[in-house]
Amino acid sequence: MEPKIRVEEVKLERMLAMEDGDAAGLTDEQNKSRKEVDATYWSFVKHQFKKNKLALISLYVVIFLVLMAIFADFLAYQKPLYVKYNGTTYIPVVKDYLVSMGIGKWDADLVNANWKTLDNQNKLETVIWTPVPYGASEIDLTKNLVKPGGDHYLGTDQIGRDLLAGLIHGSRISLSVGFVAAGISVIIGIILGSMAGFYGGTVDIIIMRFVEIMMNIPTFFLIIVIVALYGSSIWYVMAAIGFTSWTTDAKLIRGEVLKVRNMEYILAANSIGLSNKRIILRHVLPNAIAPVLVSGAFAIAGAILLEAALSFLGVGVKATIVTWGSLINLANEATNAWWLAIFPGMMIFISVVSYNLIGEGLRDALDPRLRD
Amino acid sequence: MTQYVIKRILLFIPTLIIITIISFLVCRLAPGDPTEMKVGNTGESQKTDSKNQINETTKKYYKMKFGLDKPLYTQYFIWMGNMLQGDFGNSFKDNRPVLDKIIERLPITITINFISIFLIYIVAIPIGIYSAARQYSFTDKITTVILFVLYSLPNFWVAVLAIVFLCNIEYIKIFPVSGITSLQYDSLSFFDKIWDRVMHLFLPIVVSSLASFAFTSRQMRSSMLEVIRQDYIRTAKAKGLSERKVILKHALKNSLIPILTLLGSLLPVMIGGSFIIETIFSIPGIGQLATRAIFDRDYPMIMAELVLVSILTVMGILLVDILYAFVDPRIAFTKKSS
Repeated sequence: MEPKIRVEEVKLERMLAMEDGDAAGLTDEQNKSRKEVDATYWSFVKHQFKKNKLALISLYVVIFLVLMAIFADFLAYQKPLYVKYNGTTYIPVVKDYLVSMGIGKWDADLVNANWKTLDNQNKLETVIWTPVPYGASEIDLTKNLVKPGGDHYLGTDQIGRDLLAGLIHGSRISLSVGFVAAGISVIIGIILGSMAGFYGGTVDIIIMRFVEIMMNIPTFFLIIVIVALYGSSIWYVMAAIGFTSWTTDAKLIRGEVLKVRNMEYILAANSIGLSNKRIILRHVLPNAIAPVLVSGAFAIAGAILLEAALSFLGVGVKATIVTWGSLINLANEATNAWWLAIFPGMMIFISVVSYNLIGEGLRDALDPRLRD
Repeated sequence: MTQYVIKRILLFIPTLIIITIISFLVCRLAPGDPTEMKVGNTGESQKTDSKNQINETTKKYYKMKFGLDKPLYTQYFIWMGNMLQGDFGNSFKDNRPVLDKIIERLPITITINFISIFLIYIVAIPIGIYSAARQYSFTDKITTVILFVLYSLPNFWVAVLAIVFLCNIEYIKIFPVSGITSLQYDSLSFFDKIWDRVMHLFLPIVVSSLASFAFTSRQMRSSMLEVIRQDYIRTAKAKGLSERKVILKHALKNSLIPILTLLGSLLPVMIGGSFIIETIFSIPGIGQLATRAIFDRDYPMIMAELVLVSILTVMGILLVDILYAFVDPRIAFTKKSS
């Protein structure tokens, strides 16, 4: 029994220390044991997660996709990466960023300059193009439905837009919708779930009835209706997905809160007179948060799928913005262009699988039942 | 038991009311004037003054007719009152009663989903049982990977791949691209007619069941694994029963119960999938009707579909719940006492 009591003590000390602020007269030894408790749990989780090869690979894939989304303009752009023209050097991508922020300004003769024609006429002194020298929505009607290989690595669509550039820039929409929508649903889930679990009684009944009703509505239909009627904007897509898919999170959090609610340290927190809000935020939730990480990973996968489906139906983001889903829709119209059918779908599939595998890896790593 | 059933049915009523409120608010609070569609003003075309005046009068007339000039809550009660009398309004598009249009398209959607769910269970359950019985075997590992892949595949991508590669003269032409019958359907003999139907419905059914099938199979495996660890299974094994008998006779019944409840969460997913599948394969069901109504901004149609589809789903779930209570009497008991 000795070690168990020790852990309880440390927990109580931790709690009190958190309340009084870290400087509240903790001895070095106490500080050290506090850190050990933290370190052992999360390093254990990290260790378990790393043992799962598939989950680890998925994590690298996700990091790669995120980097691709952040640096999309440096990977595929209609202007060169670095160029020397009439004695001045430009970095057009950065310059465009500054212009859009209102800081810089293009010279009058360069505002609408087509760098590719300038390059072909050999007017540029030095020029380095981006790895994929095409913008995502750069239309070239003379090169429609070009097969993969050659100048266009993955081919082009009906109006001559480069597919690879579209895939690179499409990752921005996909990832941002995934993260924001999952974030919204997790936050709503945490708020409603912890309220239901902590207060119980009427609050619990009302919230859980609402959860049940939301679960019964075919949310996909509701999302299409919202996005189609309220306007094609990435914000509506994020909000519509987030506000309709929080139900599982809420149920999960409620269950976790119910588990910790009757523990002694909550009673202790109650008896030293802390407010309910403070108990929920600082003592209940941190101990119930682990499963939320798991469901967050699955929620990102679900949101990416939903966004792609909306874009596929043509009700998602604005029609001029290229997304993975809208590219698959193009394949539905030009059935002979196999590259339009395969590559965008692969991107969706890879990201969905990655998030699902990360979710499963996290779940296995966090599951205390596997812990002996 | 009766008490439980009555309680479930009573709980059904607030659910319905909230569904109607959500449907109503989502459509009514949307920006844009529903009457615009009536005067054909959806485009950006320039109109002369006199024409504008006529349009304004028409709009006013329709506003009066549909009660759009009244406060929101009055509109809601009028709409609800009409619905309770079976009047869901007329379609903005062709002025036909919305309910008629939905009812004539309902059978095909229900047929496809019914066959899909049936196939899902018929195939998923044996696979789940086999995987669980041979846990960690090579077959188990392979099926786990395949099911995981199927679960993560976007259904619309699979549909497009199928259309591009299996319905295309350029590559392989096995299946017809769209619709539910061929043009010469009426002149076919009886067996050819059946074959024609099968070929048309094969891809939609397969595509719409893939993800749910994978999900059900995984659940079946874990449910079976949980039951196998129970004491009474060990007892059965200790008695010297063959493994086959233990699993098929003792474990199966109990592991099937959670799979049955899955149907409740499967239904909304399947109905949601119908929208995409029917649009891609041009199947004249309620899913296609709904997507068209959304693009046409046919408000009475959208609202009626939202309400009816939700009611159908909720009724399906209610049925599953009651069925569940009959299969597993513990449910009605614990729910009553809690």
